[in-house]
Amino acid sequence: MSSRDTILNAVRANRPAPVDLPDVPLFGEGRDDDLLGRFFTAFKLMGGTVLELGDGDPVAPLRARLGSAGVVVSRVPEIAGTRDLDLTLPPSSLADVDIAIVRAAFGVAETGSIALSERELGVNTLAYLAQHLIVLLDPADIVINLHHAYRRPEFARSRYLVFHTGPSATADIEGVLIHGAQGVRSLSILPLPRE
Amino acid sequence: MNETPHSPGEARPRAAREAQPKGAADPGKGRVDHAEAAKRFIAAPEHLKFHDERLWDIRMKRDRQMHAIPEWEELRRLASAIKDHTLSHLDTYLEQFEAAAKANGVHVHWAKDGAEHNAIVLGLLRDHGAKTLIKSKSMLTEECGMRQALVEAGIEITETDLGERIQQLDAEAPSHIVMPAVHKLRRDVSDVFARTLGTEQGNDDIHYLAESQRMTTRPLILEADAGMTGGNFIIAETGAVVVCTNEGNADLSANTPKLHIVSVGIEKLLPRTSDLGVFIRLLSRSALGSPITQYTSHFRSPRAGAEMHIVLVDNGRSTRLGMPEFWTSLKCIRCGACMNTCPVYRRSGGLSYGFTYAGPIGLVIDPTFDKHKFSSLPFASTLNGSCTNVCPVKINLHEQIYAWRAVMAENHELPFAKKTAMAAAGALLASPRLFRAAIATADQALLSLPRFAQYNALNAWGKGRENPRGAGQTFHAWWAKNRAGKAKAAAPGKQPS
Repeated sequence: MSSRDTILNAVRANRPAPVDLPDVPLFGEGRDDDLLGRFFTAFKLMGGTVLELGDGDPVAPLRARLGSAGVVVSRVPEIAGTRDLDLTLPPSSLADVDIAIVRAAFGVAETGSIALSERELGVNTLAYLAQHLIVLLDPADIVINLHHAYRRPEFARSRYLVFHTGPSATADIEGVLIHGAQGVRSLSILPLPRE
Repeated sequence: MNETPHSPGEARPRAAREAQPKGAADPGKGRVDHAEAAKRFIAAPEHLKFHDERLWDIRMKRDRQMHAIPEWEELRRLASAIKDHTLSHLDTYLEQFEAAAKANGVHVHWAKDGAEHNAIVLGLLRDHGAKTLIKSKSMLTEECGMRQALVEAGIEITETDLGERIQQLDAEAPSHIVMPAVHKLRRDVSDVFARTLGTEQGNDDIHYLAESQRMTTRPLILEADAGMTGGNFIIAETGAVVVCTNEGNADLSANTPKLHIVSVGIEKLLPRTSDLGVFIRLLSRSALGSPITQYTSHFRSPRAGAEMHIVLVDNGRSTRLGMPEFWTSLKCIRCGACMNTCPVYRRSGGLSYGFTYAGPIGLVIDPTFDKHKFSSLPFASTLNGSCTNVCPVKINLHEQIYAWRAVMAENHELPFAKKTAMAAAGALLASPRLFRAAIATADQALLSLPRFAQYNALNAWGKGRENPRGAGQTFHAWWAKNRAGKAKAAAPGKQPS
């Protein structure tokens, strides 16, 4: 007998008496106001950086950040990078990227998370090999909490979908918080509506 | 730290640094001696104090998160019910998951035990000509002894989680399922890195140590032939694998090489994507007291030009499913909350349990792997129930620990001292007259005996703990003096027994 059938037969023989599957409520009542404010409060707690929209030129704060940067890869039309993302190169080729700029698929107010998939990233390692990640988020794309987030269509259609909540972090040595464990050293968000 | 006296003129040696206590000795065919290893942990006061306080701090952070969510208890009830439901239909959900994953272009493998799991992984690596493997933390691969098996077969493995990397470089198992190196102080890490990564001897600046790990690991990530992750949850509805990390190292391991292998236990299934709302909200709040991990990653289908393989591992889980008292331990989501809150775990360190799973959850599942080897573990508990109270999926941990003690007694696995003490206690508790005499004597003894008589080699209750202050009078003596006459008058013919 194959291991598959051995395991499935053993599970069948040993499974406990059936229990019903409960419905999961959305728990959103009373928390649907000021989603951007709630989002930023949670995001900052997780080590995220909030960028303020510039007067007249909304992406002015981005330009200021990019001034001193080396390799910049932009996946958004609002601002240009220094290098186009070549989708045919291996994922490891992005190791020299200083700053990556992408737009979030959506955000989650409860946790301050943003969702990214291969559609936004082009190459998935862009969000980890870059030293810094800047994300544009349309305030209209923020959902109340994770229950609402998991009803989004992106989960069924994306090969890869990830929530980022602040930058890469570790506290594995004596509980001291370090940003930039293996992934990006900083994660910044600019609340810019889609074009 | 101990200072030894020196004669004048003699050069003072550098104050001896407290060495990191090592874990339980490999018992071979015998049983793991948790108490012996715990004694050595307690004998290292600096390590003990840090460990105890660090884990209790996380427990308090977890409480603050809990209080911020009005529906917390409802989430625990839902999580428990969803897991009960899934495990009671596990065969059909496994089949649904397999079909969905295959439809996504993912290869699905089944492993009866650890050896078969390791053979499948090695086979995949050989098929792809892969000699180097980067991986994120996976307790399942620890449980299967995968690293040793693959290294012996010539594969070079790099753990990419900082804590797990520290433990790999120190040739030591993880001591905590979420924080593998929580038992180490910064200078222990500094010593390991100086020895293995060539960092500056004696530099125990944490930023320097973490940065050194990043800089030395990144080239290995970029050049690796294959990547591996575990899975916190797998979803029957979509075939997706969900991995939660703070470092982003699972995303690098899965997204950089052309081959992504997932090792996951069959009990990690959830029916629907929408169930994740419940579990992701509970997991990191319970584990670390943070609202969510920095990265929550959903791998449903390989990226263009890459391959994704999932190895579904049984390794005793289907047998555990048929154990009426213990099957609900399969609901565990490996948050480690029970470990952080456990007074015995905090004061004995994870390595003293002698297996991948330590603390209360370890006491419950380790004996299912080897009843004799882990027969002393169910006694490493005060049965205070704190573990049960914090468990996000409501596993009745302390009751299962108690039930294992009964199993061990039936199987004649009780250690000699416990057997002897239990026989004496049995005689005492069976006779009210003897019990009263013993209690009165013990109370007087606790009040009047000098310390050397209470804390010595003959009294196990005086080891590593303070005895309580005895009551001046037993309740029975108080009743006889103050109430017995009145009670007799109120209910003639009835004697208080």
